Amino acid sequence: MMPDLGNYAVEVISAYGLSSIVLGFLIFTSVVRNARVKQRLADAEARKDA
Amino acid sequence: MALTWKLSSYWDKFWHLANPKVFMGWSSRLLPIIIVMAAFCLSTGLIWGFFFTPDDARQGSTVKIIYLHVPAALVAINGYLLMFIGSLFWLIRRQHVSVLIAKATAPIGMAMTAIALLTGAIWGQPMWGTYWVWDPRLTSFFVLFLFYIGYIVLWSAIEDHDTAADLTSILALVGCGFALLSRYAVLFWSQGLHQGTTVTISDGVQQERISDVFFQPLLLSMAGFCLLFLALLLIGTRTELRARRLKMLELREQML
Repeated sequence: MMPDLGNYAVEVISAYGLSSIVLGFLIFTSVVRNARVKQRLADAEARKDA
Repeated sequence: MALTWKLSSYWDKFWHLANPKVFMGWSSRLLPIIIVMAAFCLSTGLIWGFFFTPDDARQGSTVKIIYLHVPAALVAINGYLLMFIGSLFWLIRRQHVSVLIAKATAPIGMAMTAIALLTGAIWGQPMWGTYWVWDPRLTSFFVLFLFYIGYIVLWSAIEDHDTAADLTSILALVGCGFALLSRYAVLFWSQGLHQGTTVTISDGVQQERISDVFFQPLLLSMAGFCLLFLALLLIGTRTELRARRLKMLELREQML
């Protein structure tokens, strides 16, 4: 299944690997921060209404 | 007269969409659709490009890096232009959602610029014989990366929201020149290693589009990166709007 990358296998795989790490980190931090802020806001709204 | 009235009506509708409450409503409905479309386009484009495209006659298998490098660079440059527009609207109309869109764009743009720089350097070593050269396009792209970092740091360094928004907006306006420069530097600087636009190949006399074998997965990958950018932008802007409301509530609690 893996294509034959010839002499440039290291370059191609490292480009895809590094990009995946950067994109994965970006998506992870965006989702986690969104969830945290959403929860904190829900708590603050509940305190206000109480 | 009727046209002016119609344009003014569209303009009002546009600003109505930027109302924080209205924004949260339509963005929550749109977000799942964009996420599904982004996942489909990105996975299809990258799998197609990596597994099912042939090697290029001159570049060998390094041509597969194009499916990451070009879309990331596209989003990096246009992301900064969006920051410019958002900042401009803030300075002119004091529109909070527009400046929060600009703020949410910065980390995404910075990550995309990093991917474009990294993949470009990795491709450059076997093709140019060097990871880096102070070529006009590469240099302006690196400066664009520094502007993204500066913008994020400036936001976090200033406590007052409006002052931070004012100063970062000015920085975004200044940096926009580098975003345009990183896109068009190859056109007016003849020296440098970086070639012109990738979608069309020019031999100086004629321009032709790259082969469909490479172009079709590239197009899907570009659409995937743009949709991913849009999804992350909506998530980021929603987070910023919530964070602003949270800060307001916490300040109110402290005063009581």
